[in-house]
Amino acid sequence: MIEPARRAVERTLAAGATDAEAYAVEDAGREVRAHGGEVESLTAATQRGIGVRAWIGHRVGYAYGTDLSDAGIDALAQRAAEVAGVADEDEFAGPAELPVRLIPDMGGKGAPEPATAPDLSDPSIAAYSLADVAELTLAIERAALEADPRVAGVEQAVYADSNERVAIASSSGISGEFERSSCYGYVQALAESGDGRETGLGFDLGRGPEALDPAAIGREGAERATAMIGARKPESRSCPVVLEPTVAASFVALIGGGLSAGAVQRGRSPFAERLRTEVAGEALVLHDDGLDPEGSASAPFDGEGVPRRRNALIEGGTLRTYLYDTYTARRGGATSTGSAGRGGYRSQPSVSTSNLIVTPGTLGFEDLLREAGEGVYVTDVAGLHSGVNPVSGDFSVGASGRAIRGGELAEPLREFTVASDLVSMLRAVRLAGADARWVPFGGSVSTPSLLIEAMTVAGS
Amino acid sequence: MSRVIEPEVAERALARALANGGEFAEVFAERSAGLTMAIDESRVEAAQAGSAGGAGVRVLSGGTTYFSYVDGLDPADIERAADEAAAALRSDSAEPRPLKAAAPSSPHPIEQPPAAVPAERKAALLRDLDERGRGAGAEIAQFMASYAEVRREVAVANSEGLFTGDDRTRVRIGAQAVARRGDSVETGAETLGGHRGFELFENDPAAIAAEAARKALILLDASPAPAGSMPVVVGGGFGGVLFHEMTGHGLEADHIQKGASVYVGKLGEQVAQPLVTAYDDGRMPGEWGSDAIDDEGAPTQKTMVIEQGRLAAFLYDGLTARRDGVASTGNGRRESFRHLPVPRMTNTYIAPGEIEPEAMIAEVERGFYAKSFAGGQVDPATGDFVFGVSEGYLIEAGQVTRPCRGATLIGNCLQALAAIDAVGNDFEMKTGVCGKAGQKVPVGTGQGHVRIGAMTVGGTEV
Repeated sequence: MIEPARRAVERTLAAGATDAEAYAVEDAGREVRAHGGEVESLTAATQRGIGVRAWIGHRVGYAYGTDLSDAGIDALAQRAAEVAGVADEDEFAGPAELPVRLIPDMGGKGAPEPATAPDLSDPSIAAYSLADVAELTLAIERAALEADPRVAGVEQAVYADSNERVAIASSSGISGEFERSSCYGYVQALAESGDGRETGLGFDLGRGPEALDPAAIGREGAERATAMIGARKPESRSCPVVLEPTVAASFVALIGGGLSAGAVQRGRSPFAERLRTEVAGEALVLHDDGLDPEGSASAPFDGEGVPRRRNALIEGGTLRTYLYDTYTARRGGATSTGSAGRGGYRSQPSVSTSNLIVTPGTLGFEDLLREAGEGVYVTDVAGLHSGVNPVSGDFSVGASGRAIRGGELAEPLREFTVASDLVSMLRAVRLAGADARWVPFGGSVSTPSLLIEAMTVAGS
Repeated sequence: MSRVIEPEVAERALARALANGGEFAEVFAERSAGLTMAIDESRVEAAQAGSAGGAGVRVLSGGTTYFSYVDGLDPADIERAADEAAAALRSDSAEPRPLKAAAPSSPHPIEQPPAAVPAERKAALLRDLDERGRGAGAEIAQFMASYAEVRREVAVANSEGLFTGDDRTRVRIGAQAVARRGDSVETGAETLGGHRGFELFENDPAAIAAEAARKALILLDASPAPAGSMPVVVGGGFGGVLFHEMTGHGLEADHIQKGASVYVGKLGEQVAQPLVTAYDDGRMPGEWGSDAIDDEGAPTQKTMVIEQGRLAAFLYDGLTARRDGVASTGNGRRESFRHLPVPRMTNTYIAPGEIEPEAMIAEVERGFYAKSFAGGQVDPATGDFVFGVSEGYLIEAGQVTRPCRGATLIGNCLQALAAIDAVGNDFEMKTGVCGKAGQKVPVGTGQGHVRIGAMTVGGTEV
């Protein structure tokens, strides 16, 4: 895909741009949906596209399309230059420049090693035929049904994979290409009981189908659904809360969003003006690592061609750095942290996290419950996109889970909310468990269970 | 503009799609072009033009859908997608019926095609919004606005001989204000959109900027929301998202057929008080969620889903309708040619009732007024839902009193629907973007003021 990217840069310069950058993607993907022992749908397709940024002086415009023919790229180049003319001047706008100086490692471990990108492609994707992955999907559903007699069915068992080739080229001399594969499987199990129906999600992800354990996915869905049978509302109060890793991951992803220099510079982050101050309990250590071999967001370079790296965000309770792309780094007098994210070729790069990693602690889950004493164990949250104010960090979200009594799990709870604000919650993190796992909701996050000293629980 | 796909190309692709068997094949072809831009820090930025052309081909065989899609509208591209969709089938070939062209006229005439409006006018519109938003008060610290236009020309051909198409233009603007006073930071947002051209912005579009700013400023005086169960009055317009989530999704036939909806087996039953009548209507002229046909070529229609409290209908796409032996209700929608159609709402609303909103509030001794929402989410299988309140107030002794921040409404669909005890005589539609099965589609939500006898408000004040 590097050839169309280079051609797009040339054509955009010819169309009158003073600088240009092109990002091209080709993605072969499959998806299987199963229900009731049958394959509901099988999708196999390859998509491709290219996005072009054109700068005319300090004005920037973007155009994307799916036509990679010479005529298609010409039209795209014209359009990108044309829309750049609509934008106002922004003195910090411009393409990434290499070589990129890396900022001193805030963790105090000296200069980071030169980035060597991990192997991101798994041959098991090619080795598994469509029939093989269909069988894997059916196995997920069977595992959920067989795990517990109270599982009445599944809404859906799903497998999806993707093998993408990404290329980037710019008039500032950037040129790179990489290949990356990923896959996931999940099941939404249904449990029936006298007083209603409960659902439970089981999931797993990896670089290829070989990494997935269909039995474990099915079992997790079944366990989550049956655990909720007979759930009722808790009493409203403020109490210790244990966040299960999937729930902790959702909050960690929100925190990552607030650490974007873009949000900070525009006065829209609860973490503005908190650099090098205490923002969290000592137990919460957070990194953004764009090179982690297991992370689904890992890549040799970011969305504008800057090498990915490992960034210490919160250590010793202190906020060490924000995340920067080229624009925010220029504007903030900093250096890019390799954090330009893209939602594919259809979106312009902007600051985003890569893989957020919370360092696991040493305590097991039972120890975490014992430390909590009397409280609530939250296994699911809903309404994050509407219940969180990303500017102030205030949130109130729907939740379900289990009561914690005498340091042990007790009755299931549903239909309650947990509320706090992101900074207060971080400061109230007392312990991180040892049970870290990768969670793909709202980003790529690896986190263990977290014990929060106190949160508002609103039920009856 | 030329046609998205020629009938001969579609016929050939359908024949190839059925080369290895199947009961039904379909080609969905699409050409789209759009423009978005934004204003932030009083600077017009993020100008972005996008275009796409491609086709999705599906084959139904047994209980399975085989699907592939391709970027590109050349006959060779479309045939490749057809071959790939057929590749996993192993039966004898089937014959598609000859295509019979049907050209439904769109009930949504576009007076000013946005692509023909100079980009400078769109930038000027954003500057107007910015000025209005920032001018709303000294405490407005940030203001952002966005503009989006898209034209989607779609064509649908299937092995039953259907050949039809639609030409859809949508425009939408959004405003978001951030107000700051000391350590307090609050946000407010508002949108305006439709299946319309640039003429939608003829009548004071910058009013949404003032509205976004007003919401943010009011919240500066807000105190923490209460926590607990109480009567809730839901505002008109985007308050309809409540019905969209707590009832609409559960009526989509795919959820019903999988037993993953609380409305399973409840057709014809009284699920709400007789004062509740509700519709899904894909034909509302110029509305955000309207289209002439759905993405399977079925004409959109007005479906009464609740008739005086009685559950009257489910929402079907072609596949779920075939399973139930009924006709599609024109609710088979997809985000693009890269997606399979699934049953989706269009414009969903509770029809206006009799009572004045003020009178409905006056009857509440102590309760909560959820004037507007940031959004919501439901699990149709359990009926558990959650809504983030973006503008909320306490109701004390029949009066709307202090504003509250950080409120969330949670509850269960069946209980909350049955607990609606007043429907106001006002009415308004708002725009939303609904996510399901990884696909986002434009939907309209609407209602007048609605009161729910008891609901859990999740705030921070215990």
